Amino acid sequence: MTATKVPDSNVSGDGARVALSVQIQRLDRRTKIRAAVVILLLAFCLLLLPSIISGYYVIAMTQVVVYAIVALGLGVLVGRVGLVSLGQAAVLALGAWVAARLLFATSLPYPLVLLMSGVITMVLGTLVGLPALRMRGLYLALITLMLAGAITTVLETTNFPNGGNGFLGYNGASVQPPAIRRPSIATSDPGFLRYSIVVAILMFLLVVWHLRSRPGRAWAAIRQSEASALAAGINTTRYKLWAFALASFLAGVAGGLLAGSDRFLYSYDFQTQDSITLLAVVLMGGVYNIWGAVIAALFMQLLPQILNQIGVSPYWLIVLFGIGALQVLTTAPAGIVDQMPKDLARLGRFIFRQFRRPAPSEGGAQ
Amino acid sequence: MIEVSELTVRFGGVTPLDGVTLTFAEGTCGLIGPNGAGKSTFFNVLSGFVKPARGKIKAFDEDLLSMPHFKRARWGVRRTFQTEQAIEQLSVFDNVAMIHEHSALPRTTRRADTLEAISFVGLDIDPDRSVGTLGAAERRLVEVARAVVGRPRLVLLDEPAAGLPEAETAHMGDVIRRIPEKSGALVILVDHDMSLVSACCGVTSVLDFGRLIATGPTAEVLRNENVIRAYLGTEMIDETAVTA
Repeated sequence: MTATKVPDSNVSGDGARVALSVQIQRLDRRTKIRAAVVILLLAFCLLLLPSIISGYYVIAMTQVVVYAIVALGLGVLVGRVGLVSLGQAAVLALGAWVAARLLFATSLPYPLVLLMSGVITMVLGTLVGLPALRMRGLYLALITLMLAGAITTVLETTNFPNGGNGFLGYNGASVQPPAIRRPSIATSDPGFLRYSIVVAILMFLLVVWHLRSRPGRAWAAIRQSEASALAAGINTTRYKLWAFALASFLAGVAGGLLAGSDRFLYSYDFQTQDSITLLAVVLMGGVYNIWGAVIAALFMQLLPQILNQIGVSPYWLIVLFGIGALQVLTTAPAGIVDQMPKDLARLGRFIFRQFRRPAPSEGGAQ
Repeated sequence: MIEVSELTVRFGGVTPLDGVTLTFAEGTCGLIGPNGAGKSTFFNVLSGFVKPARGKIKAFDEDLLSMPHFKRARWGVRRTFQTEQAIEQLSVFDNVAMIHEHSALPRTTRRADTLEAISFVGLDIDPDRSVGTLGAAERRLVEVARAVVGRPRLVLLDEPAAGLPEAETAHMGDVIRRIPEKSGALVILVDHDMSLVSACCGVTSVLDFGRLIATGPTAEVLRNENVIRAYLGTEMIDETAVTA
C-alpha cells in the first residue's frame, strides 16, 4: 500500500493531512510514554514494593490501596456528577461488615465474596443516595453525613456484627473474635497487598470504562447543568443513582479488602468523621482525575503512619487537611494531581534558567 | 407544524404566557419580544420544564404536553439555552454524540452522524478537543451541532448568537438557515438581533407581556406599529424609515 508513504510536505494539498498524521503520531507517543510510566509504576508497586518495605508499611500501604478505591468512588460522585456525599466511610464500614459476615458464614472463594459484598453494599449505598434525587450541595452533604452517623451509631451501640462465627456472628461484647480469613493465594501481608493492588487496578479500569462511555457523558452533562441534561434526553434520576451505585460498589469491594487486611473488625474503627476527612483528602488529591484518588489515599492512610513513626500525633492531620483543602479549593481547584506536575515543570524551568544564566547581566534586576 | 392553542402559564401572581394561540408552520420561525415577554417560558413549556396552567400544544399531530422531558428529547425536541451549555469536561465529539445516544437513534450511525453535525455547523477543529479549550463562538456552534445531530424535529434556539461579534453572528445565521433543509426540522429562533432574525426567519411572531401582538412575514412584522412601540423602539422607526 502506498498510503503508508509519508507524502512530501511541500505539496500544499496534503499539508493538512501531514499535520494531522504528525499530530496523531505525537499523541500516540505521548500516550505511549504515559502508559509505559503507569505500567512501570504498577509493576514496581506489585512486584518490588511489598518485599522492600517493612511489615509496618506493608499494612499501611494495604490501607492506602483500600482507601484509594473508596476515594475513587467519592471522586466520581463529587467531580463527575457534582454530588457531595459525606457518608462514604460509613458505606465502607457496611462493605467491610458484609464481607466479614460472608467470609465467616460461607466458604466461597475470596474474589466472589468481594463481588458479593460490592453488590450488597451497592444496594445499601444506593439507598443512601436516594436523597440526592431531591437535593444537592450542602443539604445533600448534611443528609449523607447524618446517615453515616446513623450507620456508625447503630454499629457501635448494638456491637452487632462483632465477628463471631456463622452468618449473624453475634457473640457478645467481650469475646475475642476469630480472625477473618484471607484468600489462599495471599495469606501473608505482602501477598495480600499485592492481591489488593490487583483488585484496585480492576476497580480503576471499571471506573475508566464508565467515564469513557455513556454514563460518564451523562454525568458530565448533569454536573454542568441539570436543565440542559434533561433537555438532552438524559434520565437524570437513573444516572444519579447509577453514580451512587458505582461509588457504593467500590466501597463494598474496598470493604472486602479491608476485612481481609485488618482480620479483626471493631465498630469503633469506623468513625463518622472519617467520611469528612475522606472528602477533604479527595478534594486535595483532585476529583477530576482518577489518580487524585491515590494521592488522597496516601494522605489519609500513609501520612498518619509516617507521623506515628516519627512521634508526632496524627491528630494534627485534621488541622493540616483543613488548611490543605482550603488551599486547594482557593488556588488549585483541580487538586494536587493537576497542580503538582505544573509546579514541578515551573520549578524545573526555574532551575534550568538559573543554570543557564548564571551572570546577572540580563534581567538581573528581577 | 406546531400548533399552540390558548397557552397560559402562571407563576404565583405572574402570568408569563397569557392565552397564546400561535402556529409555527415550517422552516425557521422567529419569536421576538422585549425581556420578560414570555419567550424563554414558551421554550421551557415546549421542553417540559414548565407545566402550563391551560392550553394545548400539538407538534406534528402529537400531543407534546403529555410527554415527560426525556421522552420529548427522544421524540426530537432539541434546544439551546440563553447561557451557553456545552459541556466543558467533554470533547466536542462526545458533546454531540451524547445527544445522539439519548435520542433512540441507531448506534451504528452515531459516529457518522456526529461528525456530520460538527461539519454542518462549520466547526473546523479536532473533534477530540475538549470544549473547555474553545472560544465563545465555537462553543455556540457546538451547541447548535448538539441541536441538529441525528433526526431533530423541533429545534429551539434561545439567543444562539448572543455576545458574538458580527462575522460570527453572520456565520451562525447561515447555519441556522440551513437547518430545516438539512434535517426537515422546524426551527424556532429567539433573538434580540433583528438583523439575524430577518436573515433567518421568513415568519416572525412577537410576544409582549405574555400575549401575542403580531405574527406574519418578518419584514411586515418589523414594520408593524404595535411591535415598534412595544419592542423595537423609536430608533428603529428612524432606521426603517431610512431603509424603506
